[in-house]
Amino acid sequence: MTVLVGFVPNPLGESALTAAVAEARRRGERLLVVNMSRDDVLVDARRAGEEQLERVRRDLEELALEFEVRQIEEGGDAAEVILDVAREEKASVIVIGLRHRTPVGKLLLGSAAQRILLDADCPVLAVKAG
Amino acid sequence: MDNITSLIGGFGDVLSPMNLLIALLGVTVGTAVGVLPGIGPAMTVALLLPITYGMAPVEGLILFAGIFYGGMYGGSTTSILLNTPGESASVVTAIEGNKMAKAGRAAQALATSAIGSFIAGTIGTLGIVFLMPQVAKFAISLGAPEYLAIILLTFTGVTAVLGASRVRGLASLLVGLTIGVVGIDFVTGQQRLTGGLPQLADGIDVVVVAVGIFAVGEALWVAAHLRRKAGEVIPVGRPWMGRSDWSRSWKPWLRGTLLGFPFGAMPAGGAEIPTLLSYTAEKKLSRHPEEFGKGAIEGVAGPEAANNASAAGTLVPMLALGLPTNATAAIMLAALQGWGIEPGPLLLTKEPALVWALIASLFIGNTMLLLLNLPLAPAWAKLLQIPRPYLYAGILFFASMGAYAVNSQPFDLWLLLALGLLGFAMRRFGLPVLPLIVGVILGPLVERKGRQSLQLTGGDLSGLVGGPVAWVCYVLIVIALAWPLVGLVRSRLGRSGGSGDHHDGPGSGDGQGPDALASARAGYSFNSPEA
Repeated sequence: MTVLVGFVPNPLGESALTAAVAEARRRGERLLVVNMSRDDVLVDARRAGEEQLERVRRDLEELALEFEVRQIEEGGDAAEVILDVAREEKASVIVIGLRHRTPVGKLLLGSAAQRILLDADCPVLAVKAG
Repeated sequence: MDNITSLIGGFGDVLSPMNLLIALLGVTVGTAVGVLPGIGPAMTVALLLPITYGMAPVEGLILFAGIFYGGMYGGSTTSILLNTPGESASVVTAIEGNKMAKAGRAAQALATSAIGSFIAGTIGTLGIVFLMPQVAKFAISLGAPEYLAIILLTFTGVTAVLGASRVRGLASLLVGLTIGVVGIDFVTGQQRLTGGLPQLADGIDVVVVAVGIFAVGEALWVAAHLRRKAGEVIPVGRPWMGRSDWSRSWKPWLRGTLLGFPFGAMPAGGAEIPTLLSYTAEKKLSRHPEEFGKGAIEGVAGPEAANNASAAGTLVPMLALGLPTNATAAIMLAALQGWGIEPGPLLLTKEPALVWALIASLFIGNTMLLLLNLPLAPAWAKLLQIPRPYLYAGILFFASMGAYAVNSQPFDLWLLLALGLLGFAMRRFGLPVLPLIVGVILGPLVERKGRQSLQLTGGDLSGLVGGPVAWVCYVLIVIALAWPLVGLVRSRLGRSGGSGDHHDGPGSGDGQGPDALASARAGYSFNSPEA
């Protein structure tokens, strides 16, 4: 069983990661950090740089957790990718960051968080940036 | 001083709320399409052509001029942030600009390119004011044979001088000329290359060609290469420059302008050569040569000024002679023809108000661009996060609508698809697009001038080489075509002589220059061969 966290390189992602670490400790399970970036845009704000992922790895190593950091660079839909990985890994919980979107923003871009909340087969822990 | 008076008159025409709004729209759209690699000002102007047929010519030209200048500003943003130049003129900017961005100096790179573009654009537009009427005055006296020679020089310029491969340039030009002759022969009334299709008797509309090659071709190309790893977002911040940035930038700005304008103004110039020259010049003259290759601000300031000055320069042959030397100018000429205005040496005498209003709008657009680009650079960079499917779906929609709107016949949509496939094939095989579009637009003109020359002498071929201007043009053409042979012969002689000659090619003086340029070029060609 695995705790899966969708990681993005911003305060939201950091909060999600912190919560996921606590959750993995509490459950005594492996932590899987997934960073997803779309392959149909020129630049993606969700994409974490190599340095950032390296820092995440270092932090998690210090915490003596069993973990894996995975960067996914294919696909156009973050929610779908996270859900697929969760099913594949039989995740016991998905941790995601949640932020306010205006109705217009939701209409234009959709909300990956909402899709994950509604479509996941396992419990989802949604965290706000703190 | 006549020019100044006319220019003030032009400002009077432009400074109406409606025209200012159109100029603002033009520069905004222009910057946006300039930022997005693969979607250049030429494609945008082509997509907007059918819409502008309903506008007054002045308004349409102001819109196009704004898009043209805006594209130049926007292109540098992508070069600097992504190392994927939006158009060929920004290839050199990417070399140092992207290094600066990676070193956390994106804001300074964007600032020096925006301010440099503004200065070069303003000086370049002043250059148009003083040079263009003189050229036009001179050009009126030219006869058909001389005009023919100048057009042939333009053809040589766009095929042999610009772009990487002469053979490909020539192939592209021939495809363009072939598309240009489709339709009824204006002298004999015969149908040419129509395949018996009545829809082709009037020839293929330039709108359909331009939209097919630029928009549909690019969309198919992107669709074939849709999946690519996304880049990381480079934090931009508000562009600003420190004292040392200013003192290191102002000389390159002026030098770049001086290099860029004459090249643009020549019928065979273009922006690639002056930007490259400016880069090498700055590298030689810089007090910090060790910084080149690691993000030297001079290497951004000079080429950016050069490409904007050259863009301004290309309007000289366009307005004074009716000769386009870049794709956007070519389509602007097509627009003029669409309004029933004959481009050429007589344009300034027949439509002075239109021409001066256009030039005045360039000054205004240029100023708007500086105001738009300096504070809003981070917002422009956000455009790069738009998913490609959305973008290209929109482009295809506008392309089909535009092509259909020209004649309201479904046949044009099939034609559009065929030309789109041609555009895709050209991108696939590395054929430049510019010679094709220049061939389509100048093909009928060169044919008319050639036939006129021959009619004057009753079919005697000597009629083609009348006048000193024609001689000069033909000599230049021979030099341009024979130049690689000279280099070949010299290197052969050098090798067989065995003397320790220094002919190991250009750029031997700098260690990494050619490499950096090659990689920037590679990044560019990966995108699209848009000019």
